[in-house]
Amino acid sequence: MKKLMTGNEALVQGAWEAGVLVASAYPGTPSTEIIENMSARKEIYSEWAPNEKVAMEAAIGASIAGVRSLAAMKHVGLNVAADPLFTFVYTGVNGGMVVVTADEPGQHSSQNEQDNRNYARAAMIPMMEPATSAEAKDFMKEAYEISERFDTPVLMRMTTRACHSKGLVECGDRVEKAPVKPYEKNAKKYVMVPANAKVRRVVLAERMKQLEEFSEQTPLNFVEDNGSKVGVITSGMCYCFAKEVFGDGVNYLKLGFTYPLPQKKIAEFCKGLDTIYVIEENDPLIEAEVQRLGFEVKGKNTFPAYDELTSDVIRKCVHGEEFETIDYDKAKVVPRPPALCAGCPHRGFFYELGKRKNVMVTGDIGCYTLGFAEPYNAIDSCVCMGAAFSTGHGAAKAFEQKGEDTRVVGVMGDSTFFHTGINSLTECLYNNSKTVSVILDNRITGMTGHQENPGSGKHADGSDATAIDIETVCRALGAKNIRTIDPNNLTLMRETLDWALGLDEPSVIITKWPCVLKKFSEDDKAKFPTAYKTKDVVDTDKCIGCKLCLKTGCPALYIDRETKKAGIDSLQCVGCGVCEQVCPKQAIGKER
Amino acid sequence: MSDKRTKNILLVGVGGQGTILASKLLTLGLMEEGYDVKMSEIHGMSQRGGSVSSQVRYGEKVWSPVIEKGSADMIVSFEKMEALRWLEYLKKDGKVVVNNHEMMPMPVIMGKADYSPDIIKEMQDNCKDVTVVNATEEAVKLGNGKVMNIILLGTIIKAMGLEDIDWNKIVRENVKPAFVEDNLKAIQVGMSLV
Repeated sequence: MKKLMTGNEALVQGAWEAGVLVASAYPGTPSTEIIENMSARKEIYSEWAPNEKVAMEAAIGASIAGVRSLAAMKHVGLNVAADPLFTFVYTGVNGGMVVVTADEPGQHSSQNEQDNRNYARAAMIPMMEPATSAEAKDFMKEAYEISERFDTPVLMRMTTRACHSKGLVECGDRVEKAPVKPYEKNAKKYVMVPANAKVRRVVLAERMKQLEEFSEQTPLNFVEDNGSKVGVITSGMCYCFAKEVFGDGVNYLKLGFTYPLPQKKIAEFCKGLDTIYVIEENDPLIEAEVQRLGFEVKGKNTFPAYDELTSDVIRKCVHGEEFETIDYDKAKVVPRPPALCAGCPHRGFFYELGKRKNVMVTGDIGCYTLGFAEPYNAIDSCVCMGAAFSTGHGAAKAFEQKGEDTRVVGVMGDSTFFHTGINSLTECLYNNSKTVSVILDNRITGMTGHQENPGSGKHADGSDATAIDIETVCRALGAKNIRTIDPNNLTLMRETLDWALGLDEPSVIITKWPCVLKKFSEDDKAKFPTAYKTKDVVDTDKCIGCKLCLKTGCPALYIDRETKKAGIDSLQCVGCGVCEQVCPKQAIGKER
Repeated sequence: MSDKRTKNILLVGVGGQGTILASKLLTLGLMEEGYDVKMSEIHGMSQRGGSVSSQVRYGEKVWSPVIEKGSADMIVSFEKMEALRWLEYLKKDGKVVVNNHEMMPMPVIMGKADYSPDIIKEMQDNCKDVTVVNATEEAVKLGNGKVMNIILLGTIIKAMGLEDIDWNKIVRENVKPAFVEDNLKAIQVGMSLV
């Protein structure tokens, strides 16, 4: 039966049909919906791992034990998981294993635009790139066949548009019996001490030769001959963008199996063409191969090496034209950057932290990165997951070395703490820096859309889990100065920051309040019975229009055009009470 | 399928307004009717009160899921400023349906920019076909403020001539039973507004 599916949903359908039994991931846009959808398929054990390296290792263990397994992550997640991957290609698989990397040309929700096709070359792992949701499903099934036939994990490279766009998919049934293999001890294959790894290194080189031959033969790489003297070589979503522009007016070499590339097929395709376009987002990898074979191409000299190559970009680069657009006064359009939601428990913290002078704030990846923006200006750096405390530690040591008294506050969320923040905090405690490490515990993985984590008390499928207590973890690591507080209480927030900044040794502040968008668990309901149950209103007789409340940066607050007094959008307000505490005239109170 | 040419509909708004559910129902209806359908949306950080879009393309065969500037047959905006932000995606003779509802962006809240009172006029001066609807108020009248998005779906159904699709079935199959009646009424209200 035909269904309309995102690329991520289609990958799950393919993995399910192929008889996958174990899947692990850490959430990250645009890969998150893979495990979200997988956890609804009862035949598959699927989970949120604390980070991508752990997810990769869990999938590796499942493969060695003899079942088909999957690990999924966003592009930067593969950096975290690269260590196990680079050696797992040496051992090879028992049950088939696929690693999904979801890249982000255009950086819609990421800190960089790295092209993970480079990982295929660096790790010598075969790679596939689906162009549509239909291909995502079919490729996933094929990937497990390739994985087991060639004894190797397979890299499934997706991009944001391939993950998040929907198309029609012909859905099939799951294999009647999931293909499982017996587990047999085989130290020569799976124990990568140098003596064994050196042997496997030769096996890997032999495997690459076989995969090169496979790449020439497989229908995953195909030619569309439209009798033109112009040829387009492309892969993944770029194929769809190119078809939109060129239609059936050119010849195509559409590559689905993109590492190793089919050199003979490429050379055969290029022979006799007058013009060859290589259309690929980010790095010139296919282009370099075509050039190496001795053909002149229009690649990065024609198309940008960054951002998405959507059809409008290709059209402009090739034909020098775009569609005619309506002319209007764009100066009237005010930017709408993302903002902390009304009621966000991070607001009180950033409102107080932003007022501090002579403080450097090292940030991390999550909704709270938005603390860098107006009106808080309270995040000074953001590099990668788990970096807040360790970059803060290095900065604190640097200020000490320079003889400066600037203090450092590190900020990360609960899910990020479990991801790699624990190591980061260990650095501060073991090497003793005068840092304030703040864990904003909103009891969920927020920015990616509410995935459970080791502290939330639930598994990926919603079943109950052991909730790992953050304060206990910090104490076990050796933290002596820990306070857990309600961040919506500004006086308490202020006093706690004073306390921490007054110490001459490392401290930890845990702000604990559930995310305003979170579906409350029974535990949340018991511990936070009053949360988000009220609304605030402005008493316009008392309001003097001083706009101090706007400094909280709450999207529910506004100044009325006529009266020049503050107002609160009752559709958005959830009564967190932060603005109440900021108002100098006590003009804001609870709605009766 | 009466017309095989690819049609482009852009649903825009502010994160949390429900563009995703409206476009999901739309695409399911189009699929039922036998069209090839593609839809693209961006999730993640921009959801947090930022500008969001769902792009729907349908026809006999659709390749790219992304609408190009100057090619949208219709823009449906859940908020006034967002209609103006995305206007360069509209075809010269395309249609705009805009919900007469303002949500203040952070620069306006912070007093660094003004929310122009002339947004609608700016569109009417430059586009041939602009319809202003009070979908937020109409939803409150129906007793469920959240169905604003479905009212706007109703305007698409009417404006794009998709009335023959069995929307009743689509809603019943994809919306929680408790909300089915509200959603069906909302579609009717939306259709009556354009």
